[in-house]
Amino acid sequence: MIQLRNVAKWFDTKNGRVQAVDDVSLTIDRGEIFGIIGYSGAGKSTLIRLLNRLESPSSGEIEVAGSELTKLSPKELRGVRKNVSMVFQHFNLLWSRTVAENISFPLELIGVPASERKRRVQELVELVGLAGREDSYPSQLSGGQKQRVGIARALATNPEVLLCDEATSALDPKTTDSILELLVSINKKLGLTIVLITHEMHVIQKICHRVAVMEAGKVVETGQVSDVFQHPKQPITKEFVKQIGAVDDLSLTFEHLKERYPSGQIVKLKFLNETAEQPILSDVLKTHDIGFNIIGGNVTQSQVGALGTLFIQLIGEASEIDRAIASIRSQSVEVEVESDVS
Amino acid sequence: MFPNVDWQIMMEQTWETLYMTLVAGVATFVIGLALGLILYITNESLLLKNRPIYVFVSAIVNVFRSIPFIILIILLIPFTLFLLGTMLGSTAALPALIIGAAPFYARMVELALREVDRGVIEAAESMGATKWQIIYKVLIPEALPAIVSGLTVTIVAIVGYTAMAGVVGGGGLGNLAFLEGFQRSQNDVTFVATVLILIIVFVIQFIGDRLVTKIDKRSA
Repeated sequence: MIQLRNVAKWFDTKNGRVQAVDDVSLTIDRGEIFGIIGYSGAGKSTLIRLLNRLESPSSGEIEVAGSELTKLSPKELRGVRKNVSMVFQHFNLLWSRTVAENISFPLELIGVPASERKRRVQELVELVGLAGREDSYPSQLSGGQKQRVGIARALATNPEVLLCDEATSALDPKTTDSILELLVSINKKLGLTIVLITHEMHVIQKICHRVAVMEAGKVVETGQVSDVFQHPKQPITKEFVKQIGAVDDLSLTFEHLKERYPSGQIVKLKFLNETAEQPILSDVLKTHDIGFNIIGGNVTQSQVGALGTLFIQLIGEASEIDRAIASIRSQSVEVEVESDVS
Repeated sequence: MFPNVDWQIMMEQTWETLYMTLVAGVATFVIGLALGLILYITNESLLLKNRPIYVFVSAIVNVFRSIPFIILIILLIPFTLFLLGTMLGSTAALPALIIGAAPFYARMVELALREVDRGVIEAAESMGATKWQIIYKVLIPEALPAIVSGLTVTIVAIVGYTAMAGVVGGGGLGNLAFLEGFQRSQNDVTFVATVLILIIVFVIQFIGDRLVTKIDKRSA
């Protein structure tokens, strides 16, 4: 659906050249929710703006929905833009227009007749859950409602691709979740390809199928969200994963328990999908003569199912503990022993 | 109570003032809006940034905005004579009023347009809007409250200008106050003319404020 080949973007400023995007190659498939995560200044915002050519690349090729963006005339580009909509962090609604008029705006631009616009607006208002607020002005809406208008407006022209530029970053956590749920339901219902950028790992984990991690203009890591979560390779990815797993908080207890139970073995278990939902641990402990102590852990929901991390301390004979660990491993649960855990 | 006031003449001159204000106001709105749009568009990279045009229009606007109005009228006498064949009466005051007020209003329009959130312009661009659609579907509606309140300020200034024009041969209440009131020491005439001018200003301000409140949807 979207292909980037060796894309670079630099800005020449008074203080020299700024390399915002540096040799990025990516493929985003039809119908997937693809997340790009990075800290501010990582170039993710520039990258997403290249996808509808709000910015033009300095070099490289960008293909979106079958069109090579760099080779389009202004008129052809406007055509492509109707197929590639964008949702903004600060909503960017026209405050002089009502909810219905805002949603109708992109349809007016392409000359859709009034009766057809009215019908489409009504559909969209219901899709995003704003029925009854059609005649309100943006100033009368909450942040979450404004973003719903932004999403409805983006969907008005039946695009194939939806670009979300920090679409939830200006919202509180509860509202963020409801907007993310809306995005997932749109993705499922309409088969829309969604590309979103964010600095919150929570957003990636909750709705994305695949993720790209950006640092200093480069994509340093890409993969299935579950893989990246379980096996982050780059230091920056590990930092983002920590946002969710709260491993930092656990390591304190980890040191503490090692002093209190020198005989024990502290292990970190990682569950994915069905393994997070089965009583593997209790089965193993029943068949081995060891005790255990739960230090901490969490199970979070993601697009591919549940992801779990559990820190436990196994107490007993060293040989028995080793056998227990081996049998946990045989259940396709990943086990890290204490010395591996940083 | 006002022994020297001829109410018939007073009414006639009030109409003259209203006539000048209205005609100059409409022309100033049209010319100022166009100039303001040119200033904004040629200075905005999202639209049609063009440095030479911006600098040129900006220089003209600055020059005419900086000349004191009373001097501008005198400077424009040859132009007015060429255009209308006379420099006396209300119609003869119009060229100076418009040339004096339009650049002033153009700057206000430019400021009003600059207040429009760039993100909204970008959003329109991302939806495939043409530059012209951005101007008339986004910029003007979003800047309208400021465009209207700027017009109110400008028209009030025009009322003041008509009084000045009256001193050098234009018609209206300013002319009456100067010739009949000041030069013949009939203070009651000056007083009544002043009150009428104040009423005109208050009414214009009131209408402008009401209009802005009606179109401004930014606050809940």
